Amino acid sequence: MNLTLHVWRQKNGKDKGELVTYPAKDISPDMSFLEMLDVVNEGLIEQGQEPIAFDHDCREGICGMCGVMINGVAHGPERATTACQLHMRHFKDGDEITIEPWRAQAFPVIKDLVVDRSAFDRIIAAGGFISASTGGAPDANAIPIPKKDADVAMDAAACIGCGACVAACPNASAMLFVAAKVTHLGVLPQGQPERYTRVVRMVEQMEEEGFGGCTNIGECAAVCPKEIPLDFIARLNRDLLVATLKGTKA
Amino acid sequence: MAVETTKNLTATDTDVKPATTYQVVLDAKIPDGPIEDKWDRHKFNLKLVNPANKRRFTIIVVGSGLAGASAAASLAELGYNVKCFCYQDSPRRAHSIAAQGGINAAKNYRNDGDSVFRLFYDTVKGGDYRAREANVYRLAQISLNIIDQCVAQGVPFAREYGGLLDTRSFGGAQVSRTFYARGQTGQQLLLGAYQALERQIGLGKVQMFPRHEMLEPVIINGRARGIVVRDMVTGEIESHAADVVVLATGGYGNVFYLSTNAKGCNATAIWRAHKKGAFFANPCFTQIHPTCIPVSGDHQSKLTLMSESLRNDGRVWVPLDPNDKRAPNLIPESERDYYLERRYPSFGNLVPRDVASRAAKVVCDEGRGVGPGGRGVYLDFSDAIKRLGVNIIRERYGNLFDMYERITGENPYEVPMRIYPAVHYTMGGLWVDYNLMSTIPGLYVAGEANFSDHGANRLGASALMQGLADGYFVLPATVGDYLAQTKLEKIDTSHPAFVEAEFEVKQRTNRLLSIKGKRTVDSFHRELGKIMWDNCGMSRTEASLKEALKRIPEIRAEFWENVNVPGSGDELNQSLEKAGRVADFLELAELMCIDALHRNESCGGHFREEYQTPDGEALRDDENFSYVAAWQYNGEGNAPILHKEPLHFEYVHPSQRSYK
Repeated sequence: MNLTLHVWRQKNGKDKGELVTYPAKDISPDMSFLEMLDVVNEGLIEQGQEPIAFDHDCREGICGMCGVMINGVAHGPERATTACQLHMRHFKDGDEITIEPWRAQAFPVIKDLVVDRSAFDRIIAAGGFISASTGGAPDANAIPIPKKDADVAMDAAACIGCGACVAACPNASAMLFVAAKVTHLGVLPQGQPERYTRVVRMVEQMEEEGFGGCTNIGECAAVCPKEIPLDFIARLNRDLLVATLKGTKA
Repeated sequence: MAVETTKNLTATDTDVKPATTYQVVLDAKIPDGPIEDKWDRHKFNLKLVNPANKRRFTIIVVGSGLAGASAAASLAELGYNVKCFCYQDSPRRAHSIAAQGGINAAKNYRNDGDSVFRLFYDTVKGGDYRAREANVYRLAQISLNIIDQCVAQGVPFAREYGGLLDTRSFGGAQVSRTFYARGQTGQQLLLGAYQALERQIGLGKVQMFPRHEMLEPVIINGRARGIVVRDMVTGEIESHAADVVVLATGGYGNVFYLSTNAKGCNATAIWRAHKKGAFFANPCFTQIHPTCIPVSGDHQSKLTLMSESLRNDGRVWVPLDPNDKRAPNLIPESERDYYLERRYPSFGNLVPRDVASRAAKVVCDEGRGVGPGGRGVYLDFSDAIKRLGVNIIRERYGNLFDMYERITGENPYEVPMRIYPAVHYTMGGLWVDYNLMSTIPGLYVAGEANFSDHGANRLGASALMQGLADGYFVLPATVGDYLAQTKLEKIDTSHPAFVEAEFEVKQRTNRLLSIKGKRTVDSFHRELGKIMWDNCGMSRTEASLKEALKRIPEIRAEFWENVNVPGSGDELNQSLEKAGRVADFLELAELMCIDALHRNESCGGHFREEYQTPDGEALRDDENFSYVAAWQYNGEGNAPILHKEPLHFEYVHPSQRSYK
């Protein structure tokens, strides 16, 4: 099939940037979206132009490195699918596709479709962990964990940190990302000692990074490639409320 | 235990650059004593660094996967200053994240006869008797601590209704010892290590450098004292000095272009270290994973693996008749060939990876392969769905089935999956001694980047185990011993060795940018990959390897004359990044073929067609090849020098591996 792409090109963080139109010819329905971009890039290089820069790595939907807005939707039209796992069979001949980077104050553009998501790492560094230095752990079966709690923890831990939730949110809030980690660690017995300091620290860091607040719109959960549910945000808010009542400091 | 080499030489005998003055002796430093006591005794004998002195040392860790992140976090917890580098935008992206199936540990929670000795035994046998016994035993011992450590960090392993940990079976073992977190075990273990790492970053003990690529190690007075990196955003070339350098940069499967590795996985760090004096061990030992999604066309940019755990419940088959082109569901039982169950009745669909992969190649070579191009076999869940119900299958493999459907457009609950082997893991890597130190003092190598524990074939769920064993438990013990025993002079990045290394890096970058030829980097990479897959892939022959050794230098020569790298060096330039990596693959590929050609036997993942039993199994030659082949770089255009570390088997006696 043949497609027309409108791709955001921006030389660096200081450049203004603009949409540039490119044809994408002879695209196979079995290609992934990123393989389609590979083909376009090979053509650009052969014509002596600079290829479109985009982040990607595992191409299996698990590393969280890829992510672009495809016709205004984070990771494109397929539910629960990262851009690398989106296949061209979901498009048809003659389609026009607009491709843009994540847009959020806390995710500055580096080049073309590549953005800086290091704010997410700083949120984790602020408290998204259980302090368990190597060597002191008791036997793994010493603390039984009810299967349903372990399952909730796993549902939350499935977050890949791609940032689609932020890109989709009109407030550019990182609440779903933070809620996923707060839930993962907060439902497990090992996570209890730091449960309330964790939530306070992570939320403070989120605000410091310039992410917006949550107004319960739900776009984040709708685009999440790992289907992290919105009720984890409710859990976060509950823990944050308890922490406030207890007077927990960061 | 001292180990003989073909020749004890000083590196100054050759034109290795930079000339170093230390004596290169291939000594594996395996501790004495009974195998159960070696590691404990060794730990006691290792010198310690006083807690107050640890903060005076800086350790560089390159790579942030399971081995790198766990090492960086654990070393920082001990009090060292750590600088950690990765090429991705965050340490959480490292490709360990893609491991699906699980991690082995000899916990014997199932009461099914497992033990440290059995895990050790299975791993040595699974590796086709080409691994060091002492290393493997230590790995099996440490497996117990790893699961404890990960649970303490909050890794959400699968559990039974009573709240205890669940396990599953994996290839090459008859006990159930694989711990898992749905089909995302690697992700969960990596996030555990990543969170431990971020905690240390928050505490100021680790300085993290994402989007930085290591391009040269820096050797001063024969010791690793730092690295030169490129900031991939600004293009700046930077030097970093340290007292110890740890490479945890993963494997080199992307030599083949198509592999299950992430697109960015590369061999640059270990290859550059090799060219500076680190020996490269068993480069031809590559693992072809049997259950990957088949290639769909020329556009294919990578291959996707489906966890081996699928073979617990899925049955592998092809039609009996090569001319049978009916849809799979229309082929009656009696006209199907469940070839693994037929050939290996005792292990059936759970034979080790190398055996399963070659068996798939055999039936496809017979013309019985399925799907486009005939390079595929069925992995069928209909019996398991009948036996267990669709819900249990969904619970066990739901995310894998979804992934398969996204990629192929076919629903595996209704139609059997199609699978084919693909390059997945490299058992070879930089040679290291028992302490994980390479032949360059102060340069340690961990995880897939070293050659250490898997011999000629790795068992499923053992890569995660090895990465974390190296990072959480081995390096924190052994690095301290080196620092306590070594008098290191104060240096900084103004030292001439840094200036020279930076100059080399800049020169190579400029050269790549100035060729401005006609072909893209990817086109060279694809060409190399095809040559390697056809000639040094699932099976090899003397003729195919000689053919590859003729073609690789030709492509390399053309690359340096005709590659087109657009853009400049002082910005984010993904073509330039790829070009540097492919340039290194073009050299490493040749060493892989030289190694494969010299090893006149078949073992594990290295299958030389000339050496097989009458029924097509790998035929080892223990008399002549029971050794680790460690290659020394000998300057451009010169043949590498082979050093042999003989392998001694005191506990597991080599026999022909039988899974029948």
